Amino acid sequence: MRLELEDLRVPLAAFDLSLSTTLEARVAAVCGPSGAGKTTLLEAIAGLRRCTGAVRLDGEPFQDARARLAPAARRLGYVPQEGALFPHLDVRRNLFYGAARAHDVDSTAAHVIAVLELDPLLDRAVDALSGGERQRVALGRALLSGPRLLLLDEPLANLDPPLRERIRGHLLRIRDELGVPMLYVTHDARDVAHLADTVLRLERGRLVEQGDPQQLLEPDPGALRFRGDRPGSRGDRLRPA
Amino acid sequence: MSALGVVGFTLLCAALAVGVMLPGGLLVAWALARRQWPGKSAVETLVSLPLVMPPVATGLLLLRLLGRRGWLGRPLEELGLPIAFTWRAVVVAMAVMALPLFVRSARVAFEGVPRRLEQVARTLGASPWRAWWTITLPLARRGLVSGVLLAFARALGEFGATILVAGNIPGRTTTLATAIYTHEQLGEDAAAFRLVAAGVALAFAAVWGSEWLLRARRAEGSRAGGGA
Repeated sequence: MRLELEDLRVPLAAFDLSLSTTLEARVAAVCGPSGAGKTTLLEAIAGLRRCTGAVRLDGEPFQDARARLAPAARRLGYVPQEGALFPHLDVRRNLFYGAARAHDVDSTAAHVIAVLELDPLLDRAVDALSGGERQRVALGRALLSGPRLLLLDEPLANLDPPLRERIRGHLLRIRDELGVPMLYVTHDARDVAHLADTVLRLERGRLVEQGDPQQLLEPDPGALRFRGDRPGSRGDRLRPA
Repeated sequence: MSALGVVGFTLLCAALAVGVMLPGGLLVAWALARRQWPGKSAVETLVSLPLVMPPVATGLLLLRLLGRRGWLGRPLEELGLPIAFTWRAVVVAMAVMALPLFVRSARVAFEGVPRRLEQVARTLGASPWRAWWTITLPLARRGLVSGVLLAFARALGEFGATILVAGNIPGRTTTLATAIYTHEQLGEDAAAFRLVAAGVALAFAAVWGSEWLLRARRAEGSRAGGGA
């Protein structure tokens, strides 16, 4: 993917999210302390928040000075932190909610269901799912809508470490087998290390660092943090899983 | 008109009143719950006014509006559609008095639907209308039906506004409430109490149904909370 953000500005209560950058990556991780504007960035790209500036994906303008595409027309798969499954629909109907706009639904569906191991869940009610199952269904639902980019907002945040490891494996398969690019908000250094080929670091709405995770992150897996950060110098930084 | 006829006429008018106020009530409730717009608080207050104003005052205003020389009444009369002192006036009075109860329930129901779910539906390709129809409406349904039942119960018992704008014309505009009043005035206690019993039974069923739906919604909401 090539995601261009040009003078993107979203007013927030304490500060404005304001950044310009171009991302060329399969998976770009967005990091930074809580309240830095990470979720706002995803919402702005998805068209769920009013913003100014320009957003382009692979050359197609989502918004610029002249026009603004509706969220439905952007073909993005947005997975919020809590999954946001539709509680009145069963798993199958959740999965296929956005499938109408996807091309070649049948083969995509079979592949997505296989990759995320969703087959045993299809006829279950949403409130009968565990946390990890919910996240897999939310990922599957986004993928079945035929997205050009997945916007993932800390999809593993509420899961315990073994489950997190397992879903991370699913995300790797999405990246490698389905070839869907991702913009991935995370606090988890292992996510960055395993999945991302670019990392962005936001602080108070500003882009403070961007580049190769290998170069920006300390190599010691026990103390994963950005190079240049003194240990303990900030309360909320990347933490190991 | 027999007691059964009065009850039937009242039920029919109340059902029509709910049908008449439903589309506008849904729209206003949704706009109050989900949108910021200039004049919102004025509309909010205006819609709630019939709840706190004396019903006869509402009736008098309706009469000024819909009477033969009223702003709306005169043109409608010229079109051959008289309102005041017809069954239509009964329906209008019931609709106006029932609207605030419905809007309040519906607003709470819409506010209870997590906005995030509608947003996700939009990113999945749903038009605003499809997101509303397939996500918002089903998730708000219990609160909406509860509001409809409350509005229906309110319409069934309407008296003050009805008697001003529709009168109490036997066989034409007499409703359950106005018939009870007439029987009582004439000293026909037995007839009055038969209608009171019918009114109590209908109101009880509607309010009980509404409360049952609200309890079911709360239970459903607490189960669905983690998935929302």
